[in-house]
Amino acid sequence: MQKFGIEPKFEIESIIRLYARWVREGVLKVNSDWNVNNVKFTVQDPCQLVRKGYGDAVADELRYVIKKVVGEENFIDTWPNKSNNYCCGGGGGSLQAGYPEARRYYGKIKNEQIVKTGAPYVIAPCHNCHSQIHDLSEYYGAGYHVVHLWTLIALSLGILGENEREYLGEDLRNCGL
Amino acid sequence: MSDSKQHPDKECGGSFIESVAELLPEGGNLNMCLTCGACSAGCPATGLEDMDPRKFLRLAALGMDEEITTTPWVWMCTMCQRCTYVCPMQINIPQLVYQARQAWPREDRPKGIINSCDVALRNPGHSAMGASSEDFKFVVEDVLEEVQSEQEGMEKLKVPFDELGKTYYLNQNSREPVTEPDEMVPLWKIMNIGTGEDWTYGSNGWAAENYCMFAADDESWEKIVRTKVKAVEDLGAKIWLNTE
Ligand code: SF4
Ligand code: SF4
Repeated sequence: MQKFGIEPKFEIESIIRLYARWVREGVLKVNSDWNVNNVKFTVQDPCQLVRKGYGDAVADELRYVIKKVVGEENFIDTWPNKSNNYCCGGGGGSLQAGYPEARRYYGKIKNEQIVKTGAPYVIAPCHNCHSQIHDLSEYYGAGYHVVHLWTLIALSLGILGENEREYLGEDLRNCGL
Repeated sequence: MSDSKQHPDKECGGSFIESVAELLPEGGNLNMCLTCGACSAGCPATGLEDMDPRKFLRLAALGMDEEITTTPWVWMCTMCQRCTYVCPMQINIPQLVYQARQAWPREDRPKGIINSCDVALRNPGHSAMGASSEDFKFVVEDVLEEVQSEQEGMEKLKVPFDELGKTYYLNQNSREPVTEPDEMVPLWKIMNIGTGEDWTYGSNGWAAENYCMFAADDESWEKIVRTKVKAVEDLGAKIWLNTE
């Protein structure tokens, strides 16, 4: 907007920061009681949100919410992380650019980062990241699941419907139903 | 495209990198490279098309404009800014990449990106997947009815549409209404709890994606941003909320 000299009459916000506020204020009463089997989760820091957006502060908010939802001990961070994390390779239009081999070569480092955490689930709070990492998981054969954060928040709140579990693995398909 | 500064004209003495430097505050530090290689070491696109960010900058600095403006590598770099982040001089290489994309004739740029941009321009929601506002609304209502009738405790679930004076105008990536509508439901539930139903979708400018930006098509990008801004303002929302 700055680029075009637009001064909107409203503010711009990311839902990730709202999640954190709502959890902190007790509006979203999430907890990790559902995660009795200690299923592990890692995360992707979307470039748009973190490095190009609100910086480490929002990466911390993201982790705050995740830890509340899956349990502190069940979150395994990648290395590097936050503003210093690698792009997944799905940004900048690359998913539509028509160079799938280059896109997957690019994503190799992201795939390795995830595999190293050993977590069977990656939380990807961005559509491009979600598509790209899902593809990397299949292409490189690691088989980790890629989920949206809203899925886990709703799961924790006990309001995740049966048809809203497309990206969950067999282990969590029926959790809380 | 109307900006002649973006079309380096060697006969007039302007090189590509100079024209880009003119666009950036402090010239984007484009001439301050220490050749330390931190950018390339941490760039996942290093090695593709025999290119990497340091080399790209170097070629530009040497005035090798032909190479800079024709290598398909500019479409493989995701403009993620990690190079800038780790660079001791904070050199804005992605901006150079963006301008190099712009130097491609529009018809030669990747078809997938251009098509998504063009499709978005043709519908008032600016959906890159071509979902009309009616389609969007129809899908939302359809899914909502099903949830209301089949999920216990969700009989009164609401999805505000085009409602005036709400705090939040919620963006929606087209991927959900077009390919996996059930994925929208957890978001609605959370929004209702979080805001006390103080949010709305809009039929204009609702689609969150913007491929014209990736297409380096400034004019179309601006057009889309302006429609979206107007849509939020017309509904009197105070906050434009992104789902990511
Ligand atoms: S912006 Fe491009 S060049 Fe810089 S690190 Fe990201 S992919 Fe590499
Ligand atoms: S990190 Fe910066 S200074 Fe170092 S080589 Fe790259 S552009 Fe040059």
